Amino acid sequence: MTDNAVHTSVVAPYALQLGDDALVYAQRLGEWISRGPQIEEDMALGNVGLDLLGQARVLLTRAGELDGTGRTEDELAYLRDEREFRNVHLVEQPRSDFGFEMARMLWFSAYQCGLYAALVDSSDETLSGVAVKAVKEVDYHRDHASHWVLRLGDGTAESHERMQAGLERVAPYVAELFEDDAVSVAAAAAGAGVLPSSLWPAASAYVERVVAEATLAMPAEPTWRSRGGRNGIHSRPMGYLLAEMQHIARSHPGATW
Amino acid sequence: MTPAVLAAPATARLGAAALRAAIAAVPDPEVPVITIEDLGILRDVRADEATGTVQVVITPTYSGCPAMDAIARRVEHVARRSGWAATVATQLTPAWTTDWMSAAGRDKLREAGIAPPGARAAEVAPGPVHVGLTVRRVTCPLCGSADTHEIARFGSTACKALRRCNDCREPFDEFKAI
Repeated sequence: MTDNAVHTSVVAPYALQLGDDALVYAQRLGEWISRGPQIEEDMALGNVGLDLLGQARVLLTRAGELDGTGRTEDELAYLRDEREFRNVHLVEQPRSDFGFEMARMLWFSAYQCGLYAALVDSSDETLSGVAVKAVKEVDYHRDHASHWVLRLGDGTAESHERMQAGLERVAPYVAELFEDDAVSVAAAAAGAGVLPSSLWPAASAYVERVVAEATLAMPAEPTWRSRGGRNGIHSRPMGYLLAEMQHIARSHPGATW
Repeated sequence: MTPAVLAAPATARLGAAALRAAIAAVPDPEVPVITIEDLGILRDVRADEATGTVQVVITPTYSGCPAMDAIARRVEHVARRSGWAATVATQLTPAWTTDWMSAAGRDKLREAGIAPPGARAAEVAPGPVHVGLTVRRVTCPLCGSADTHEIARFGSTACKALRRCNDCREPFDEFKAI
């Protein structure tokens, strides 16, 4: 294969899995609108989701351009089945307690801060273009999650307990984010991507600092961990998420307004 | 309607400088007191007199900014009304920063009761990041007091936060510095 063909075959699946993480988490965050603990938080989580959706749109468009199928962002988002999605399990877990959501956002944004900071130097100009823009957005998301973890952890007995429970519930899903899957390894080798394991030291150090400052404790090593998202193997909630996200597009193929 | 019908007759075509001015005056649909030029998102206007076509380059404020499509449609409309056929391209790099907002734009925001963006937060750098409940100082655009507090970190649009003045007690939008 030519250099260009290698680049194409490596970047398409990489952009797809980064885009799927952003898309699926945007869908979960959108569910908070009208369900937040206060109206400001409805708007905050909606806005964080909007930033992620914007990132997903560029990433999925790039994946569709390069993978030889010519699929658009909409076709990739609405017409793929569960096994074709490449997101990690963390982002597909159902919305539950607000403490869980802030623990999830803290980990995910800490991961994305390192990811996009490194992708600024990607050999793929679309990936670097998304990264330059997104690095500022996810820094604000991380800041938002950090503020809540500090307030809740160092708040009342009730908020402390629920924030700690959120950290415990998220813990089994964290390792999958930082696992060196085949697609990321190939993208990193081609200079287009980042090794997820290289993001672990800074992200975990950041989370540990916030957790300590919030008078919380890092969870013990989990007894099980999620795996398989990058290969299209998902947890039970994923099918329900897709049903809600995709049913209008599938019921009215090609509809526009 | 076909695109050919939409193109205005060449006889009505404005000069390139006037075209640029007309495009620059397109308001931001979500903060209509400022234009896309004030905002700093209008990156280039390449007019080709020979063909009557113009290529306009804009850069998004936030990745998911829902106003981008509306802005592109409005730019195309203004160009067509001026006798030009426009294509609008979106450019991601270099990324938009509030530093690109003009002084005139900042004044217009202030007059509309929106605090203009302050100095940008430090670039995201490797190494330890400060962890804590930080406080930013923002001046009230209504009474000028520096004694204000944040109500919500996310406001009515992706680019704004919500604050309240402790002196005049009025709530106001703050254009976030990025």
